[in-house]
Amino acid sequence: MTYRVALLLPAVLALGGALILHQPASAGAESPKITASAHLYDTYCAQCHGVQRNGKGVNTIGLSVQPRDHSDTVGMASLPRDQMIRAIKEGGAAVNKSALMPAWSSVLTDQQIEDMADYLQHVCKCGQPT
Amino acid sequence: MRLPLLFAASGAIAALTFAARPAPAEPAAATGAIADIPASCASCHALTKPETPTVERLWTRKGPDLWYAGDKFNREWLVSWLQNPAPIRPGGVMWFKHAKPGEPRDTIDTASIEKHPAVDAATATKLADALLHLKGEGLIVEGEFKPEGVNLTMGQMSFGKLRGCVSCHQDKPGQGGVSGPQLHDAGKRLKPDYVLAYTRDPQKFDHFIWMPRLTLSDPDLQRLTGYIASLGKENK
Repeated sequence: MTYRVALLLPAVLALGGALILHQPASAGAESPKITASAHLYDTYCAQCHGVQRNGKGVNTIGLSVQPRDHSDTVGMASLPRDQMIRAIKEGGAAVNKSALMPAWSSVLTDQQIEDMADYLQHVCKCGQPT
Repeated sequence: MRLPLLFAASGAIAALTFAARPAPAEPAAATGAIADIPASCASCHALTKPETPTVERLWTRKGPDLWYAGDKFNREWLVSWLQNPAPIRPGGVMWFKHAKPGEPRDTIDTASIEKHPAVDAATATKLADALLHLKGEGLIVEGEFKPEGVNLTMGQMSFGKLRGCVSCHQDKPGQGGVSGPQLHDAGKRLKPDYVLAYTRDPQKFDHFIWMPRLTLSDPDLQRLTGYIASLGKENK
């Protein structure tokens, strides 16, 4: 019996490890909404906010004001959800932040922006989506 | 008894045939021009307006759209570029695919960006002439940009700090963001009326493109266009 478990254990571990390794970085057991928002983030937001959501996007080389680090749990926790939504929809200037953050309402729907706010709270691990 | 069935069947066939047709109303000149463009170009570039633009299309297309090339490019530049195609987009066609995380910031893996094939002078001229026939319906208004009285210094300020175009576009080699096409030779490359129309509403050209529509006044658009149209012209 013990012998069998000893045999089985490495196999189970190897299988688990293989499954974990096989997942792309953005995938996982996420909800379809989170996955969809992550894809939109990659398309539109990551150019400035970074492929790792850390505010270090490829475009920051040209920015006089650095973009927000969405992985910053403490910094993001102080950001009200409605302010996030307004910044995405109307641009940084609408919430007294940098005008370098443009308004995305021409590209994203209201629902996608709501979902993005949920996604940001997921990324920063700083609150439950409401 | 069988007649209604037959009608229904032929109706369905007609509907399917109609649905399978390509996008309607390509101007005759454009249709003729497309026939002059090799299939190898069309394998990467959309030569007709996509019927259903999607985010996914932007991730899978291999080259920028050319269905409005005639609205966009200056002939002289196009003929020359096709013979010596230097990269226009520092981040590639879709920047994310070439981005890699890093410190102090993410970078573009330039080695992974595919190079555009070059053609000889005769082919370049023929291709340019065909491409310049490709125009969108009402995308640009000819003569909308008024070069007289444009303040280039104000335009440069708009491009930089005020409107943040430089976040994504380079106005000098190596200076500015990399997710959008470089603009340091835009004066040679692009028609000013196109620059103005695209800047005013990028979503009119592609709803899902990652350049958002800013709220810009007409004077703003004029001075931005004036600045962009001046770039790269000093060597002429």
